[in-house]
Amino acid sequence: MNDPIATRLDSRSLALRRTIVRTLEAGQRGHVGAAFSLVEILRVLYDDVLQYDARNPRWPGRDRFVLSKGHGCLALYAILADKGFFPEVELSRFCKSDGLLGGHPEHHIPGVEASTGSLGHGMSIALGFALNARSLHAPYRTFVVIGDGESNEGSIWEAALSAGKHRLGNFVVLTDYNKHQSYGSTAEVQNLEPLADKWRAFGFAAVDVDGHDVTALRDVLTSVPLDAAKPTAVICHTVKGKGISFAENNMAWHHQNKVTAQDAERLLAALEAH
Amino acid sequence: MRKRCLDAVYELAKNDERIVFIGSDLGVGTLDQFKNELPDRFFMEGVSEANIVGMAAGFALDGRIVYVNTIATFITRRCFEQAVLDLGLHNVNVRLIGNGGGVVYAPLGPTHLAIDDLAIMRAIPNMTVVAPCDADEMGRLMPRTVEHQGPVYIRLGKGGDPIVSTDAVPFEIGRAIPMIAGDDVLLVSTGITLRIALEAAAVLKSEGISAAVLHMPTVKPLDVHAFMSHASRVDAIVTIEEHSILGGLGGALAEIVAEAGFEPAKRFKRIGIPDVFPHGYGSQATMMAQLGITPERAIAVVHELLAMRPARTN
Repeated sequence: MNDPIATRLDSRSLALRRTIVRTLEAGQRGHVGAAFSLVEILRVLYDDVLQYDARNPRWPGRDRFVLSKGHGCLALYAILADKGFFPEVELSRFCKSDGLLGGHPEHHIPGVEASTGSLGHGMSIALGFALNARSLHAPYRTFVVIGDGESNEGSIWEAALSAGKHRLGNFVVLTDYNKHQSYGSTAEVQNLEPLADKWRAFGFAAVDVDGHDVTALRDVLTSVPLDAAKPTAVICHTVKGKGISFAENNMAWHHQNKVTAQDAERLLAALEAH
Repeated sequence: MRKRCLDAVYELAKNDERIVFIGSDLGVGTLDQFKNELPDRFFMEGVSEANIVGMAAGFALDGRIVYVNTIATFITRRCFEQAVLDLGLHNVNVRLIGNGGGVVYAPLGPTHLAIDDLAIMRAIPNMTVVAPCDADEMGRLMPRTVEHQGPVYIRLGKGGDPIVSTDAVPFEIGRAIPMIAGDDVLLVSTGITLRIALEAAAVLKSEGISAAVLHMPTVKPLDVHAFMSHASRVDAIVTIEEHSILGGLGGALAEIVAEAGFEPAKRFKRIGIPDVFPHGYGSQATMMAQLGITPERAIAVVHELLAMRPARTN
């Protein structure tokens, strides 16, 4: 696996990040680092993996996707707008009192399956989707993205026990493993290692991947389940704030408020320099 | 009451493919028939309430009606945030069935006493809170839970509770049940305290005091109309519940009485568990006696309140 900090971003990845910066500027706040570590994961899911109909978001046959780490929603909004789930103009009303899009995703937003924001909830809801699909003998799959800080929550591991017990081949858990949480590094705050081995011990087939390498992500995510008789855990090694040199792995960029036009210009300039 | 409730889940599920059951780690043999006949819709997921309630929300978001069962304290407190966000915020059709509401588990000590379940569940937007008084009333409630929109918390009693309910009026969620008419005092019950209210009213009647009894199995949404029409006719109101006096039936009705601006003011008293962790063990009956949730206490409270009423001018 590459060192994800060295992975180069292509024009689509940079364009999605520019959309995130403009959304951030519109709301003058947002979880920047958590969104930038997610972009390639979401891009590959929505470009190459998930079955959906943006004009009919509740199409019963769709693959389910839950962003359990809801604070990464800026990246989700960028991709949902890009795919036409809602008009791009909604991004310019981010966090406004009458806006569609707020600081955490809610299920009334087209394309958002479940309201998340409090950590440790989305994986269990997604597990319900996957078990329901099996109960109905329906072919669609369920994907959920959790955070590494979120993986401190006991409910994540309760859900992992259940998914492992049920040998849910239609269930894929992706960890956005940027190795930083709000207070500091995950190694410092609550060490998760050995992470892939933990998932294997809970009955998952687990794989590590560079979470910014679009080709590698595509290879993994188009070949899930890794084992048809097990749920899949994809440990996506990412960089918090990926693409902005001064924000990468910089805890000051976990969440920003009072974002000015000048701040946005700095971020856009940094993306140009990537 | 529990058996009637779970039997009803099975009977309802046989006729409705939307119905799914999730338990935690229930007693051996629980709902075996459901498990054997409808295995695709039966789940026993272990001691993991947070995950179970989130899972239930996932099923319900995709159109299922999910009945979840475990002990009342754990299904309300342990997964409270899941009840608020996964169930309440999404307004999904999940029914939480809590075994042993109140002090049913007295011999097991304070970890198992559900003294605050009505209060905390009542505080959740979209949540309906129901506490039937006996197995027959449970039997009338359960079919109503299928088509009800939004999450429901169902509080179970001990089982084998005396049958005191009436089928004189159809059971409806959100509807109070008038049991006895009266114009001196109004006794209001929820759950198994209907029996206490009825016994107290009978004694009061023999003393020449006209006590109305209004049973409110639905604590939320409260049947404000029925309560106000009964309350307006009496001088005093006494609420009786197997629950903390903070935030349950008595708290809810105190809010309504305070805002109603009765003139002259109604005398009002809550009977329930004071703001303490009940100590000791014994049985549900001995603990309720210690806590003063009894007909005798209700009668004494009525005497106190009526002694305070202004002399009637008519």
